[in-house]
Amino acid sequence: MKAAVVTFPGSNCDRDLAVAFAAAGFEVQRVWHKDNALPDGVDVVGVPGGFSFGDYLRCGAIAAQSPISAAIRSHADRGGYVLGICNGFQVLTEMGLLPGVLMRNAGLRFVCRTVTLRVATAQSDFTSAYARGQEIRIPVAHHDGNYTIDAEGLARLRGEDRIAFTYAENPNGSMGDIAGVLSENRRVLGMMPHPERATEPALGSADGRGLFASLMRGMALA
Amino acid sequence: MAEPLITADVVAAHGIKPDEWERLLDILGREPTFTELGIFSAMWNEHCSYKSSKIHLKKLPTTGPQVICGPGENAGVVDIGDGQAVIFKMESHNHPSYIEPHQGAATGVGGILRDVFTMGARPIAAMNALSFGLPDHPKTAHLVKGVVEGIGSYGNAFGVPTVGGEVRFHAAYNGNCLVNAFAAGLADADKIFYSAASGVGMPVVYLGAKTGRDGVGGATMASAEFDDTIEEKRPTVQVGDPFTEKRLLEACLELMASGAVISIQDMGAAGLTCSAVEMGDKGGLGIKLQLDDVPQRETGMTAYEMMLSESQERMLMVLKPEKEAEARAIFEKWDLDFAIVGETIPEDRFLILHGNEVKADIPLSKLSSSAPEYDRPWVPTPPPAPLGEVPEIGAMDGLRALIGSPSHAHKGWVYEQYDSQVGADTLVTPGLPAGVVRVHGTGKALAFTSDVTPRYVKANPVEGGRQAVAEAYRNLTAVGALPLAATDNLNFGNPEKPEIMGQFVGALQGIGEACRALDMPIVSGNVSLYNETDGKGILPTPTIGAVGLLRTMDELIAGRPAEGDLAVLVGETRGHLGQSALLAEAFGIEAGDAPPVDLVAERRNGEFVRANRKAIRACTDLSDGGLALAAFEMAEGAGLGVTLDVTGTPALFGEDQARYLLAVAPGDLAGLQAAAQAAGVPLTRVGQFGGAVVSMGGDSAPMAELSRLYRTAFADKVGL
Repeated sequence: MKAAVVTFPGSNCDRDLAVAFAAAGFEVQRVWHKDNALPDGVDVVGVPGGFSFGDYLRCGAIAAQSPISAAIRSHADRGGYVLGICNGFQVLTEMGLLPGVLMRNAGLRFVCRTVTLRVATAQSDFTSAYARGQEIRIPVAHHDGNYTIDAEGLARLRGEDRIAFTYAENPNGSMGDIAGVLSENRRVLGMMPHPERATEPALGSADGRGLFASLMRGMALA
Repeated sequence: MAEPLITADVVAAHGIKPDEWERLLDILGREPTFTELGIFSAMWNEHCSYKSSKIHLKKLPTTGPQVICGPGENAGVVDIGDGQAVIFKMESHNHPSYIEPHQGAATGVGGILRDVFTMGARPIAAMNALSFGLPDHPKTAHLVKGVVEGIGSYGNAFGVPTVGGEVRFHAAYNGNCLVNAFAAGLADADKIFYSAASGVGMPVVYLGAKTGRDGVGGATMASAEFDDTIEEKRPTVQVGDPFTEKRLLEACLELMASGAVISIQDMGAAGLTCSAVEMGDKGGLGIKLQLDDVPQRETGMTAYEMMLSESQERMLMVLKPEKEAEARAIFEKWDLDFAIVGETIPEDRFLILHGNEVKADIPLSKLSSSAPEYDRPWVPTPPPAPLGEVPEIGAMDGLRALIGSPSHAHKGWVYEQYDSQVGADTLVTPGLPAGVVRVHGTGKALAFTSDVTPRYVKANPVEGGRQAVAEAYRNLTAVGALPLAATDNLNFGNPEKPEIMGQFVGALQGIGEACRALDMPIVSGNVSLYNETDGKGILPTPTIGAVGLLRTMDELIAGRPAEGDLAVLVGETRGHLGQSALLAEAFGIEAGDAPPVDLVAERRNGEFVRANRKAIRACTDLSDGGLALAAFEMAEGAGLGVTLDVTGTPALFGEDQARYLLAVAPGDLAGLQAAAQAAGVPLTRVGQFGGAVVSMGGDSAPMAELSRLYRTAFADKVGL
């Protein structure tokens, strides 16, 4: 399976995500934001954490206009997999690939801590290795992770079982304690927590491995 | 444009003292131009020239088999085996942070990161040591909020994990907070980049962000005492842009890998002036700059402004001419400025051209190597009066006084605002004795700590200097790391006062002795003097940042005590309460001598801990608050209670040095005791971890209640 990890000039979790993909058995290629196309045969695109263009104003808004973002959109339109983590989640909402927005944290401060997440659905190729309701420990590190969506959109996410993860103790004030959401076709996942920082016990948790393992298995079957 | 006339007032406003003015006239053989005066002022101020401290800094140990490059470059370089090196330094940004806390602290972080990646290293860890005034002082909450937010905003966006540091509060910092920022990076030992230019006629290239008027005169400002006109100095504080710094990092590392770089220097204090002079001086060359070619953010900038601007995220490089196209392409890829602004010249001249005019023409070597150097008068600090009668206090009341004080309460409010895990190599996050980061792609790891106890240094500078190094040694040891080397960030008051200079000289003596005894040479550092407001000095605060090596991850001691683990004390307890945290926090008493530091015992006990790590589940060093606070913190972090079979205030709260508290599985005690006896190390079983109650000195309280106080006191007391 082939994974592409995008680097915007202010990405800073791109290497970490590439390492996590590789550890799960993916063949990984790095992609520069000025590229117009993804490498041939890419199965999943990783949009990493960081501060894509400094993100002094609206996080991810400029990245959504990068040349590579058009290629990511075409990939998703073709039914390709996309994983956006932290700033990557913000970019995917700015691109309109996922509904809702990430507002400033309710506490108005950056929050870095390892939190307990609940797996809200196991019915996706990102979460199938987990059990629904399973609690996993994954770090968060963000200033703008307060997921917000209109009532209708929230009802729809719930009705279509598209909430992937929720916080056991909400660090940012997000609606419905939402930590990650899926696209309509369940092949685009955006999440604020960093599974790539939880891939071995020495880092404090290996609970993030399940996500990459799910993806590997799910894509093999797809 | 006509330049201002050079009057006595103008000279004084540039911080040039009368004897320095004479020296300046001698060097030039004429009156300086306005631009030249600015250049001399920037190079000869305390911040850049170290003129008051240099003769004492020379006495520090700076070499050892592990040292690849000691002080004098942008940062120190230390061998960590396998052809790899760790590159680190600590630097203050005190004055700017007091004036504009967010930007002052942010640019402090930016500056120290540049010092590290200028040498070819990718930053892998950051720390910061912060000292604020009393929590109820009207400025404190504003400063704490701004400084922490500023550090976070810069480090988090840049993408370096912040893994440790210190936060303290004391009235002596009411008018002058301290912000000391540490950064460490990783590079191949044979690919380190230095600042000495070489070759005549080589292009001098300007890299990074554009030059604006921000920070003009900042280094001179940082070398003056504060008074009530301080608010007017806000325009001298620079504004940070971590996004540009991140791009500058990536572009510089790509550029270095391309082989285009002869020498490189970041533009920090005194910007273009200091970086160009350093490169020329170290290479024994002159430098000619054509300022019309400098990328400018604002129109109509004068030569004076460009030479003194402290705009951030800029570098100066001497380039191999044949690589120009390749180098330019890398910077264009990252959307950064790249401009040839001058060249190296054979004569000893610093020649600045702007328009068709010569704005400055100074013998370059006279600006740096021949800068003024003072042996300022100093008086030794008199021995403190002995500690008198100590008031009585129950163990729980003593503990509550400590954990309820912002200096000793849980610091989660601070460090949760810092990304401590970016890079996915952080093995120990803040809150334990030292932060630990794996060397990417290897089984090795590096440990980082920053330490000083300013109360001790004030009472007894020599002992306090020794203690700061000893505590750093212990904190590294407590996570299983072998201490390698240190950086010092020396924050003191006005060196023109003999008693302040005496503190400086004494502290350096102690630091030097401890560094020698514990084999931790000082490889880099920074001196911040004139930390005074309205004539009142800070506590002498020589912060020691130290780095240790874990050759394999098996050497890591990062566990938490388990239910039923024994609490075991390493080292000798005499019950030294002078200058203790307990007396300061519970009674407002700062009296007596600092605890004596036995460097032989420090080394012996540290070696014992590292040699017996397999029998140790968890370890912490004993420092502020003694055994009682160490046992509480260890238990609290594990969600357990703890019972100590120790009574009496001196034994519980005394701050004797060379001590560690261990959590040991009951089955491992006998072996550990035998090893201790063989090594001649005092080792005592003092209690047990477990349950839900903290019990010591015939007093007890539920852990849940104490934990609530410990975790809320910081924000509550500071009013955040």
